[in-house]
Amino acid sequence: MPSLVIRDLYKRFGNVEVLRNINLEAEAGEFIALVGPSGCGKSTLLAILAGLETVSSGQIEIGGRVVNDVAPKDRDIAMVFQSYALYPTMSVRENITFGMESRHVPKAEQDAAVARVSSLLQIDKLLARRPAQLSGGQRQRVAMGRALVRDPALFLFDEPLSNLDAKLRVEMRTEIKKLHQRVAKTTVYVTHDQVEAMTLAARVAVLHQGVLQQYARPREVYDRPANLFVAGFMGSPSMNFMPAALVDDGGRPAIALEAAGNGRTLLPLPRGIAARGTKVLLGIRPEHLSRPNGDGHGARPGWGTIDAQVEVVEPTGAETMVVLRAGGREFTARLEPDDSPVVGETLRLAVDMNKACLFDPESERLLQ
Amino acid sequence: MKAAGGIAAIPDAVAFDPLATGGAWRRRRSMAVVYLLLTAFAAYYLLPLGVIVLNSFRDLGEIARGGLIGLPHSFSLDHWAKAWNSFCVNGLCKGVEPFFYNSLKMAIPATIISTAIGAVNGYILSAWRFKGSELLFGFITLGVFLPGQMVLLPWAYTLGLLGLTNTVWGLVLIHCVQGLAFTTLFCRNYYVNIPDALIKAARIDGAGFWRIFRRIVLPLSPPILIVTVIWQFTGIWNEFLFGVVFSSGERQPITAALIALTAGQTNVRQYNVESAAVLIGALPPLLIYLFGGRYFMRGLTQGAIK
Repeated sequence: MPSLVIRDLYKRFGNVEVLRNINLEAEAGEFIALVGPSGCGKSTLLAILAGLETVSSGQIEIGGRVVNDVAPKDRDIAMVFQSYALYPTMSVRENITFGMESRHVPKAEQDAAVARVSSLLQIDKLLARRPAQLSGGQRQRVAMGRALVRDPALFLFDEPLSNLDAKLRVEMRTEIKKLHQRVAKTTVYVTHDQVEAMTLAARVAVLHQGVLQQYARPREVYDRPANLFVAGFMGSPSMNFMPAALVDDGGRPAIALEAAGNGRTLLPLPRGIAARGTKVLLGIRPEHLSRPNGDGHGARPGWGTIDAQVEVVEPTGAETMVVLRAGGREFTARLEPDDSPVVGETLRLAVDMNKACLFDPESERLLQ
Repeated sequence: MKAAGGIAAIPDAVAFDPLATGGAWRRRRSMAVVYLLLTAFAAYYLLPLGVIVLNSFRDLGEIARGGLIGLPHSFSLDHWAKAWNSFCVNGLCKGVEPFFYNSLKMAIPATIISTAIGAVNGYILSAWRFKGSELLFGFITLGVFLPGQMVLLPWAYTLGLLGLTNTVWGLVLIHCVQGLAFTTLFCRNYYVNIPDALIKAARIDGAGFWRIFRRIVLPLSPPILIVTVIWQFTGIWNEFLFGVVFSSGERQPITAALIALTAGQTNVRQYNVESAAVLIGALPPLLIYLFGGRYFMRGLTQGAIK
């Protein structure tokens, strides 16, 4: 039985529709991520799940119970806020027990719960401190402790890592994943960081302008993005898009890049799809471009080549991003550091067309 | 927004010396000018107070001979004692003592009640905003700009209706209502800086309206409550108009009684006793400011809870 169901949900602020026809389900114990750029409605959706905002229409079920008109405190949820929202005048212990205090849980039970959670999160030594005396990572742990102590049906995370520095963020990300594997509670995690969404969630819901773009496993969202927006949003550097047309290359289906310069680039098309002559947008991820390794170009099935001029080289250590220009268009390749070219050089790159995505330039949808 | 970390500690003012330009001589010279000017202004402002203080120790004969301004040749605390409990005011020869207590009985409850209501108002108008709450807040703050003379007649009518004419409680009621605009404004503008997420987290935690107020908002409030209390107490203590209009005889607060004290003289004016009485009347706000002034300035400038 799914432990969270969102049905035909709409949310309007005055005349502005911030959420349109959202349908989502989370299985019991599943970790789902709501991801999208700022203003996409993901935080509003989370606030609606928490009961801090009302729905304009639609239905929300938590643990098999419709909670549309249930107060936040009675929804059996716990929430971790972006700012942690620790009560500044209370000690860590009081922060954790405040919910139980409000619910008149006996003192002995409170102490047992604090002991359990604080050892789980390794904050036992911090219990007497005030939030102001904690580091960012410690505050984060306390905020999670406050949520965990409730043992709720549903966990809500609102961009919990965005206030941490980059290194700590990666560490805490792993911790959250570990924690979820241990407690196995249904979790809804809001983030604008697609890496967080990909690494943490069993399923990712991509939101844009209040509309659910795609809801699928991270791998599928990444490899087969439902539309141009998802393709461009997930992955960094972003997927390269090139206008192209489907053509016939000596009896085999192929794709011709629209080039401003001379000559045209033909790439093989492993999956024969639309009719010839159709205009498409070719989407290639930077990592699917590489330097051909000796065995000649296009030798492997489904691979093609493209010639381009090197404009910028950005080494990051583990890999090197190269911005190239071909046919008046810029695109990015993710190369091995050993393959780093020189600026100005004309480079021949192998393109793994097995991984390429084709989009309809009109509807912006993925062509299957 | 930075992490919720309690009332942000104000960083100490960055050491910046505006006079630290040029050489040592230039610095000393400008320093001297600054101190000279400041001392002159301070003396100018403190002069009337000095005259009153000195007169309260001088003999009447000496004042009559040498005028109001002059150093005391004799020193006596008798005039203070007389002003406190035996001088005749309003036909009552008990000094200003009963009026002093009238003022206390009026100012203390009025300060507490108006501050408490202001805090709750501010809490509602910031943490529990509703449709039209901003407009309502606008209307409440209008009271800040309403001159007291405008409300004299409505209050006279109201007090009569409630049977509170010429009572301390009547004045308490007036000061509570008249002070609401200020206390609400102060508290609301302070509470508006409490992050919304705190209130939301508390709601999810199962806390209700009053628990959130008591356990989360109130513990963050001391700076603004100190400001409000000082403001209200000094304002109510020093208030004259309502006191003189709505009370008479032995029911008057000290501000009104001081006027009666100076007006009711038939023969020679007792400047020394009057001076002592005025100083007694000014003492409570002065003391409050001396002890609380530091918090007052801090509370006014701090404001934000980050």
